[in-house]
Amino acid sequence: MTTDDLDIENMELELLLNAIYMKYSFDFRGYSRASIKRRIKHRLSMSGLKTISDMQREILYYPDFFNTLLQDLSINVTEMFRDPSFYRALRKDVLPELRDLPHIKIWHAGCSSGEEVYSMAILLKESGLYQKCRIYATDFDETVLTKAKEGVYPVERLKSYTRNYQEAGGLESFADYYSSRYDLVKLDKTLRENILFSSHNLVTDGAFGEMNLIVCRNVLIYFNRDLQDHVFKLFSDSLCPGGFLCLGSKETVQLSTSANAFTEVVKKERIYRKKEATDGFQELQEDSCVS
Amino acid sequence: MQFTQKSVMKRYEAVVMGVSTGGLKALETVLRQLPGEFSLPVMIVQHRIAHSDDFLCRFLGGICQLKVMEAEEKRMVKNGHVYIAPPDYHLQVEMDRTLSLSVDPPVNYSRPSVDVLFQTAAEVFQDRLVGVILTGANRDGSLGLAEIKRLGGLAVVQDPDTALAPEMPRSAIKTVSVDHVLLLEDIGRFLAQLDGSDTTTW
Repeated sequence: MTTDDLDIENMELELLLNAIYMKYSFDFRGYSRASIKRRIKHRLSMSGLKTISDMQREILYYPDFFNTLLQDLSINVTEMFRDPSFYRALRKDVLPELRDLPHIKIWHAGCSSGEEVYSMAILLKESGLYQKCRIYATDFDETVLTKAKEGVYPVERLKSYTRNYQEAGGLESFADYYSSRYDLVKLDKTLRENILFSSHNLVTDGAFGEMNLIVCRNVLIYFNRDLQDHVFKLFSDSLCPGGFLCLGSKETVQLSTSANAFTEVVKKERIYRKKEATDGFQELQEDSCVS
Repeated sequence: MQFTQKSVMKRYEAVVMGVSTGGLKALETVLRQLPGEFSLPVMIVQHRIAHSDDFLCRFLGGICQLKVMEAEEKRMVKNGHVYIAPPDYHLQVEMDRTLSLSVDPPVNYSRPSVDVLFQTAAEVFQDRLVGVILTGANRDGSLGLAEIKRLGGLAVVQDPDTALAPEMPRSAIKTVSVDHVLLLEDIGRFLAQLDGSDTTTW
């Protein structure tokens, strides 16, 4: 591949992202390019098409093919209790602060296949807080939401899930939370009772109001700076004063335009807290957050 | 010491390195030899277990005259710096020369994967990139090194016969028409010579 070919390929990538936006209103234009290009080229080679331009025509004319590509772009397979130290910090430094609220509203933004949401559900059950929690698990992709609702995972992952759960300070046995059949593991449906899975697009949709805790881990790494700033503002607007924001282990709010809206609670685990109200407008928001 | 005859007239702008089994010793040997004025940024993927701590960066920082740090997303790649991929994330380079991370599935059973770093860096730096493959027990990095060559960069591989784990260098040599196969203890000096050279004949 020559330099010219590479330039052309990068142009084709931009055109494809624009085509997706124009035809389907999914906006990937603010995504960092290295990852999205890899995923697109992977689908390109799987599909037998020759160039990204060929793929552009395909997605414009064949919505089914677009849906396949959409899956590629949306799925972030993760693990139950990934980064066990994060869950230990949640248990120790965040939940005690929320314990006295009459209701706790939690938003998992970009929940993908749901492992993280169910991890949170288990944590809340073991802390005795689950009953007063409402968990909103959102993703822009309907297909992946459907999968997340099922709570079914391959049995090969069980060993690492169990180990992670134990390292995260799990109080029971991980086996208490699932049943297995053949090569699949199904999480207990009581974990799902207070979880509402719904469609929400971080790029194009508005604030998802008055949350006490927002978890968005290893999603923002895929966004460019401008899009990160946009999403941090969205999170700030969606949080009650004193509400918590939890990011992935290599993410930070501190270089964004919303840096001043947050204080650092647990630096190593990327847990931040929205500052308390300081003006009249904020106080209005605070009132509705307490009910 | 055997070097192929080559006139090095162009300026290189970055070095990427991939290493696996035996990496701590190998990296120590290479980085120790880089002088304080070495200007090319160095980006390194060492295969690491998911929850490793910052020992690697601290240790290498202690023996290297350059600034060694864990790669952070959105950080601009800077001269005189060495960036180490964090455990359990892929390290990538963006077109604007900032670093980025991903949690996409392992590549060659590895996350971070050498192929991912090399392929993204090749697109950005093209013929001004040096790719170095060191000791390792799997084939991660061969395709990435091929990409570096395809876009005009330089391919350097540690001599497999003296490597702790020869598979990674051996696979690279089989896959790519490598420019230099060097003993571990010659690699750092070789890189130092590349930096700022106008005309050097090897």
